[in-house]
Amino acid sequence: MSEVKTVENMVTITIDGKTYHAKEGEYILNAARANDVFIPAICYLTRCSPTLACRLCLVEADGKQVYACNAKVKEGMEITVDTPNILAERRAIMEVYDVNHPLQCGVCDKSGECELQNYTLELAVDSQTYAIPDTKREVKNWSSVLHYDAGLCIVCERCTTVCKDMIGDAAISTTKRGGESLDKAYKETMPKDAYAMWNKLQKSIIAPSNGTDFTDCSDCGECTAVCPVGALTGRDFVYTSNAWELERVPATCAHCSSGCQIYYEKKHTSVSDRSEKIYRVTNEWNYVSLCGAGRYGYDFENRVEGKDEAAFNAAVEALKKAETIRFNSVITNEEALMLQTLKEKLGVKLVNPDARAFQKFLASYSKAAGQSLYSYDFKQVMATDFVISVGAALRNDNPNARYAFNNVQKMNKGAGLYFHPVGDNLVPTFGKNIEVFTHKVGLEEAALYLVLDLFADKEKLPEDVKSYLESFKTTTTKTVKEKVMKDVTETVIDEETGEEKEVTKKVPEMVEKEVTVEKNGLVELLGKESDAFDAEFEKMMKKKERFSMIVGEDLYFHNRAENIAKLIALIEQTTPVRVAMIPPKTNSLGVALICDLDDEVTGYTVGYNENGDFRLSALGDGDLDMPAMNQQEGTLTNMHKRVTPTNAALEYKGYELNDLMKVLVGAPELTVDWTRSLPVEKGFQSAVFDDLPNGYFNDGTENRGYALNNIACDTEAFSVEPIDEKSLLEGEIVYRCNPQRQFNDFSNKAHEIFEAFGLYASPAKAEALGERVEIDFGDRSIVVDVIEDDRMEGDITSLADFKSEEDVYGLFGKSRYRKVTIRKV
Amino acid sequence: MGLEQFKNRNVGQQKYVKLELGQTPETPMGKFSQVLRRTFKPELIIGLWVTMREMINALFKGQMHTVKYPFEKLPISPRYRAIHEMLRLLESGHYRCIGCGLCEKICISNCITMDTRYDENQRKEVSEYTINFGRCIFCGYCAEVCPELAIVHGPRYENASEQRASFSLFEDMLTPIDKLNLQQEYDGFGAVSPNADENIKKTPLAY
Repeated sequence: MSEVKTVENMVTITIDGKTYHAKEGEYILNAARANDVFIPAICYLTRCSPTLACRLCLVEADGKQVYACNAKVKEGMEITVDTPNILAERRAIMEVYDVNHPLQCGVCDKSGECELQNYTLELAVDSQTYAIPDTKREVKNWSSVLHYDAGLCIVCERCTTVCKDMIGDAAISTTKRGGESLDKAYKETMPKDAYAMWNKLQKSIIAPSNGTDFTDCSDCGECTAVCPVGALTGRDFVYTSNAWELERVPATCAHCSSGCQIYYEKKHTSVSDRSEKIYRVTNEWNYVSLCGAGRYGYDFENRVEGKDEAAFNAAVEALKKAETIRFNSVITNEEALMLQTLKEKLGVKLVNPDARAFQKFLASYSKAAGQSLYSYDFKQVMATDFVISVGAALRNDNPNARYAFNNVQKMNKGAGLYFHPVGDNLVPTFGKNIEVFTHKVGLEEAALYLVLDLFADKEKLPEDVKSYLESFKTTTTKTVKEKVMKDVTETVIDEETGEEKEVTKKVPEMVEKEVTVEKNGLVELLGKESDAFDAEFEKMMKKKERFSMIVGEDLYFHNRAENIAKLIALIEQTTPVRVAMIPPKTNSLGVALICDLDDEVTGYTVGYNENGDFRLSALGDGDLDMPAMNQQEGTLTNMHKRVTPTNAALEYKGYELNDLMKVLVGAPELTVDWTRSLPVEKGFQSAVFDDLPNGYFNDGTENRGYALNNIACDTEAFSVEPIDEKSLLEGEIVYRCNPQRQFNDFSNKAHEIFEAFGLYASPAKAEALGERVEIDFGDRSIVVDVIEDDRMEGDITSLADFKSEEDVYGLFGKSRYRKVTIRKV
Repeated sequence: MGLEQFKNRNVGQQKYVKLELGQTPETPMGKFSQVLRRTFKPELIIGLWVTMREMINALFKGQMHTVKYPFEKLPISPRYRAIHEMLRLLESGHYRCIGCGLCEKICISNCITMDTRYDENQRKEVSEYTINFGRCIFCGYCAEVCPELAIVHGPRYENASEQRASFSLFEDMLTPIDKLNLQQEYDGFGAVSPNADENIKKTPLAY
């Protein structure tokens, strides 16, 4: 964000006589919003492309009428928001929107937060001049969570826009409504834009784009968030509560490392049950997009009756004699610091497999790169125009990484390279300029070498790497047939004069030609035709300026992780590509920075939301209950390298970790008193929890918590090793990967998340496997259901890891891919 | 007494008789003789006779002037705010409440609570509704804000009870379906003004 605030790319514009500064190349509407100037607009979404459906944002810029959402600011531009003509247009547009809109505001779920209502009042529509017979529009349930009331829909297309430009599913689109055509007389009498808008509105309605009655999407519910009226709502929420009754608790989503800003909206359960309950999750949809787990996985709270003193004393004893504490990354920074304190004071081992792998990877990277953290956050990735993804199952691992990848394609006319062994048919649909490498398992190093080969400044590369890259290049001569224009001279007799003339004609002729073709062995190794890729890549690189790379969990759980981390550092040093990493689980980054983790579990183990001899659990099934993430205050470190606060939405009556700390080693009064003590040397700040903000500014700047300091550290001279062919896996391979809306036991506990635990497979593979299989990992085996995922392709199957009781991490060990034997059961 | 009579109790239209009170005596002798005159005149008996006459008129001639509460009650103004009633639609008999929650929102003593849900007919159904009459201050905001004239104040003003707080459920306040024909339209606070039609602009319809 900092580079755009410089003076060079700011322009000065005048809106209604007042002077403002705006970023160059920004849309007038965004510039006005950033400067707190109000221009009416319904259909525009900040991070998506303008749809021009509502036409309300009409303004006069330098004497010409333009749409503010679609016209860019220029130096010295003079903008008038309201002229008599524009006001007439706007009033007519709002009247049109109100034609046949059902008068059911009393029961509508928007309950006063309606943009149609607001603009109708804003533009003082107190009478109606237009009329048309209504069309019957049905209420439909598009999926297990989406509810669409077509009668209320004003076809602003925000839902379809966000689904395409941000989410990438493009699961809904406008379709024919079958409404009557407009009275011809209106064309003369109505303002022009209002007529055009009505003409389009009257013809269209929203429907699933696959032609059925049901959407084929990730059920993220972002369409329901952006809907300005009550047309799109969550099925579970319909008619259960008015918006004004719900108390909003600003928080950070605790399901994945994206750490999105959310509001838990709560009120009493019912007339007779006054205990509070979360009714829905909402977000600042102009600046952040949620996934299905974030939006619908909210009711994972741990309700306990009171403080169980016996269990508490047992827990104190258990912690005193514990040799190991095993935990996962669904934990706040404060709790991680408490565990670290226990390690320092009591000498227990801390075991957390996901954070440990990431910690090691990050350490290898920092040593080579000379900085404690990766370079880019995902907001910066979104601003680039070429994005590469290596080692991340983009669709499943982290929704916001996927949104960034998709958004780059849609908004920045971007291009992308996607390296992953598991075939996916969604990623190629994100844009035209995407090359998908479905390579063999274990060839992630080759992918990184290819990135080096494609982007590196060859001068900067070390000699050995340069020659290693060269060793893949082979030149072959190839005969190609080429069309050549040949001059043929003929003598023609002019019929009239009888004169002879020489006429030269161009005649095409096929000529065989020898050409030398350079073949890149790396491309071939990764499973693509070298020639075809070269041609494609040349197209992709046109007009590209900013490059980024998303790096995922496969690389941290790779037996060559250290070499891979060095390769990434080398990529950053020698290419314009900047790297953003996806921490494997919610707070893996925070845990990796705060805790000294150990590798092996030994002796008596206390599990915190994990298996152990004594279990502290927020899932309600442990020996001592702990508060779940929606019941506690604290901070989380997300993948945007930001420490964000989260608040308790629901009451928790039991003991929390800090109470144990008080007895064991002494602790401050509150859990959030630990926020101040987070390690500054690791990049944290000594901030007071209650001072941490959690919101966005009007120009979209994130004002949540604080950004971690990326601390420069000593670099060591390093050399990268060549590709290790031994890590290549072939045969029956299982991949550790969750379905789209599942991340952990907590998302699984939520009643609106339906994805089951099991083995996910492409339709063809699922058919071959049958309904239930036993997966033999050699030392242990697991029996699971086979679940078809029609977005998957190829033979590799995915085993979900969100259920800690199944110990899938234990099965897989230090790798995300395992060669197994699968037997039908 | 009917409502019409009740409304027309305008004292100004009745005939008044001016009493002949005579002169106030000024001499001591005059004063003394007035005392004697008043003492021995049988006015006490006249007074008793008047009482007796009125009693006879009231008991035997049906000219009772007082109201026999609690057997008889005075009609009250439609603007009086007593215990709430939930009205039904006259045509379908369905309850009028749409579950918008405005009464719950506007209630200044927080005594209204309701639960709603999405029912099988794709409508918003009021699944629970309760008013805590121990807290209600009968301000009338709920009836005023109700867009459907569903919750109104009825004439039942006797709300003494043996308990400090008494809750009322939706069914208790709802017009019994067999007494739908007796349901009175509400004229009180929040009802449509008589000239409401003149105040709205009509929306053109294409059908």
